[in-house]
Amino acid sequence: MSWFTDWAAYLPQMLVGLRMSLYIAFVSVVLGYPLGLVLGLTVNSKNFAARAISLAIVEIGRGAPALVILYIFYYGLPKFGISMEAVTAACVGLVWNAAAYASEIMRAGFQSVDRGQLEASNALGLSRRDTFVRIIMPQGIRSAIPGLMGLAIQMFQGTSLAFAITVPELMKAADEIGGRNFNYLETFMLAGLCYAAITLPATWITVFFEKRMKRAYA
Amino acid sequence: MDALFAVLQGLPLTVVLTASSFAIGLVGAVPVALGLNSHNVVLRMSCRLVVDLIRGVPIIVWLFLLKFGIHIGTFKFNPINAAIIGLGVVSIAYLAEIYRGGLQTVPRGQFEAADALGLPNRASLVGVIAPQAFRIVSPSIATYLVGLFKDSSIASTIIVAELVFQSQSFARQHPTGEGILPYIIVGALYIVLSLPVAYASRRLDSRMRKAVFA
Repeated sequence: MSWFTDWAAYLPQMLVGLRMSLYIAFVSVVLGYPLGLVLGLTVNSKNFAARAISLAIVEIGRGAPALVILYIFYYGLPKFGISMEAVTAACVGLVWNAAAYASEIMRAGFQSVDRGQLEASNALGLSRRDTFVRIIMPQGIRSAIPGLMGLAIQMFQGTSLAFAITVPELMKAADEIGGRNFNYLETFMLAGLCYAAITLPATWITVFFEKRMKRAYA
Repeated sequence: MDALFAVLQGLPLTVVLTASSFAIGLVGAVPVALGLNSHNVVLRMSCRLVVDLIRGVPIIVWLFLLKFGIHIGTFKFNPINAAIIGLGVVSIAYLAEIYRGGLQTVPRGQFEAADALGLPNRASLVGVIAPQAFRIVSPSIATYLVGLFKDSSIASTIIVAELVFQSQSFARQHPTGEGILPYIIVGALYIVLSLPVAYASRRLDSRMRKAVFA
């Protein structure tokens, strides 16, 4: 099989790109999820300004395609003198994206916590803050975990959009190799397999977690 | 205003891409969902692997694969066909997963009752199971449609002249301060145009709920 020998030859360059993809995905999850938690709380805030701003951040982050957000950061902002490197723009855009989706997943998780828990902690005289930090959050996050794992997989796939703003990630590596040998079928297939090599096991782990959590509650 | 009109030129293609690939997905997902629920282990496992594989590879890879990779004799996909087929195949995989989830929420008793009434397999699936499953999954399908509408923007990377592509070309022609405008317009357009779908889905859902419980 000459394809396999070809693939073996391309693999080192692909892996360099894959590392960049993983790095961007890592940044967007590590920064995006805590930001999502904050947004999930401020969306329900009593302060009107805080509520309006966080609602706008969440709705734009979820409603506009990630590609458009990346374009705004990479091609749009430099026209106002705010220019950043492609990788930074990709990270900022995808962090926004991840935070917006994560905030919705976490909010749903918090809402799924039984009302009795809230009432019980009120009856025990726990402060609002203790009620949230010690009672609601631990249980809510727990039920949000499968969703957050799924989102992480989506974010990893979303890093492929950074190709459109010239970030040297996996797709870019494949495109460069394809441009040299003109065998795009072969190279993009290898790129797809590289993505699948990460996402397939990750999906199976997520499904496993989902099933386990269902069993734990049943 | 110029920017808005320039961007809007891409709207028809975005709608065509979204509608055609959604149609492919709605129909194509039916056999795949049945395969995912099949009693035959080999069939079920192979459907699962294919669905996971399609969902596990980013859409942009599928589009590039179809646009630049497929080269049979003199045949090549034009960008629009490549985008429709790519998005359609991805839709099949995602919608099959949604259908499968819906089929599983229909209580076993419904299958058994249909059997007991002597309904042939096909009639029980079409007349008994599918309507109940559809009621459960219709919000998920609407959510997927909104997602697909946004994902159709990826077709701009293989030079399909849809919304994002038009906004980009307008921005290239106006390299001054107003160059950011088309991107903001196109982002707002996606958000605004998603609203009717969400609204219609909520209407449909509440109507079907009434039909069952009233």
